[in-house]
Amino acid sequence: MAVDTKSALGPRGQASQAALAHVPNIPGSAKPDPILDVHSVKRSFGGLTAVDVEQVQVQRGAITALIGPNGAGKTTFFNLLTGFDAPDTGEWTFNGQQVAGTAPYKLARRGMVRTFQLTKALSRLTVMDNMLLGAKGQTGEHIYAAFFPFLWSKQERANRERAMELLSRFNLAEKSADFAGSLSGGQRKLLEMARALMSDPELIMLDEPMAGVNPALTQSLLHHIKDIREEGTTVLFVEHDMDMVHDIGDWVIVMAMGQIIAEGPPGAVMKDQNVIDAYLGTHHDKELTESGKSLTVDSDPEGTHS
Amino acid sequence: MDIGFVLAQSITQALGVTAIIYCLAAIGLNIQFGYTGLLNFGQVAFVTVGAYSIGVVVVTMGLSLWLAIPIALLASVILALILGIPTLRLRADYLAIVTIAASELLRLVVRSIALRDIFGGVNGINGKIGEQFHALNPLPAEFVTPYLTFSRQDAWVVLVGWVIIAIISFGVWLLVRSPWGRVVRGIREDEYAVVSLGKNVFVYKMQALILGGMVGAMGGIIWAIAKQSVQPDTFVPDVTFFTYTILLLGGAARIFGPIVGAILFWFLLAGVGEFLSQAIQAGWIDFLKPTDVGPIRFILVGIGLMSLMIFRPQGIFGDKRELALDGR
Repeated sequence: MAVDTKSALGPRGQASQAALAHVPNIPGSAKPDPILDVHSVKRSFGGLTAVDVEQVQVQRGAITALIGPNGAGKTTFFNLLTGFDAPDTGEWTFNGQQVAGTAPYKLARRGMVRTFQLTKALSRLTVMDNMLLGAKGQTGEHIYAAFFPFLWSKQERANRERAMELLSRFNLAEKSADFAGSLSGGQRKLLEMARALMSDPELIMLDEPMAGVNPALTQSLLHHIKDIREEGTTVLFVEHDMDMVHDIGDWVIVMAMGQIIAEGPPGAVMKDQNVIDAYLGTHHDKELTESGKSLTVDSDPEGTHS
Repeated sequence: MDIGFVLAQSITQALGVTAIIYCLAAIGLNIQFGYTGLLNFGQVAFVTVGAYSIGVVVVTMGLSLWLAIPIALLASVILALILGIPTLRLRADYLAIVTIAASELLRLVVRSIALRDIFGGVNGINGKIGEQFHALNPLPAEFVTPYLTFSRQDAWVVLVGWVIIAIISFGVWLLVRSPWGRVVRGIREDEYAVVSLGKNVFVYKMQALILGGMVGAMGGIIWAIAKQSVQPDTFVPDVTFFTYTILLLGGAARIFGPIVGAILFWFLLAGVGEFLSQAIQAGWIDFLKPTDVGPIRFILVGIGLMSLMIFRPQGIFGDKRELALDGR
């Protein structure tokens, strides 16, 4: 299956991989066309430095994977970049504009939309309402206009149509009238992704989109992520399963202990000794993938001796 | 035992001034808690501000009632801003703590001796607070409410009160089915998800707090006008908890929830009380004294409400499917 998805590389995928071909595989390397440019971002919780990133750039139009073992600081880094958490120091630009210290909702409006590791489907709203919330610039969201449906009903209809299109693409169309809380875990992941796309983001940041999703749905998620890139949206996603990353990542950034320890195309990164050490630590005999993990971890569940 | 009289009394209470006041407080709370998920445990503060603003402007300052009403609404907006600005950026529980404290604070301020010249201390404000309103009463002087036991003055307040409730409910209905309503319902479910979609959650929460506070203050305004008196010790936290009871009884996040909740709550409370009184008088119950009726009716209504929460936790108008879902 892995080969299958790899072969289906669209024109934009080919373009972004070609653009990244000459970028040196070192942490913090400069990209030809960065959409996100991060400098010395640091965040500590008490004595623990969760994130300490010197420099990292994300290439526009590519699928960049941010990987790393548990506790590497990936989600914290995500929270910092999207404004959900404030760093101790550091600055970063989005589309060339300084955005450090910008409120998270403003960043979302500028086209930097994220999803969450623990899906935040709005349970007691219908799937359709979830989708409609994603649409930007709605007149009816202003409290005074809300009283006068004729001011926004036309826009609402257009948003509804667009939401329906996205839902059919993500195989959720027949669920549109159901409460989002009634969806399965995987469907919620799909809904969250579709909802984020409602705003036509320039950069979509997915926090572990494949976590807790069954293998069949994972394949469809991977296809969706590639489709998103083919439509011109930059994708940055967090993942810790190397197999998924190998399938769809144009570029991989590896974090460990809060720092960027390696960068490069998936193939090169997986062979990097730093990455292998960071990932496996003392578990040198273990597979890098989820399936491999489940086979071998049983023999040493806590990793206490090796 | 006169069942007809018990029923007439109960219906009078169910449609009466008190039910209207609580209904308005509950509609306000429904905007805040039911739709937006704001844990306002001090709804009585908004009722207090509404009632006292009317009392102070009309009696203490001697100005027109028609000027007092917008001032009362403005005062409730200011209270909402004071409560909301420091707390709405924080987690939901902080608002709960601040609002319950503020409501008690407000009561202690208006009953204080130091400010007796303005608020009348423990005696509150008495006088012809609602005179300008009652002067407009179109009901004939010899008017008697058929079957029910409203006075001519109360009947006029009740008529206007239910019309106001109808208008406000229509406004709330328009609001919550709009994209604005969708955003606040989203905030109730998970505000971070809504932030991530580019909505300024703080502003929406503030709007909901203000709007709900204004509707609650409307209840206070009617209170002052109808009773022609404002007493500090009627604005105790119980008012907030009765309001929550009414809202949950009718069904939160439902337009008709607060209306049916208020009517039913006061119908039951009055009905049980009247029934017990009559039964004691008729000698059916000999282990209770007439003075026991007050507390016992609350016990019985409390048991009834507990059963409701057990067997129909979504309230009368709620949708059971919603409760089956985990909120998070």
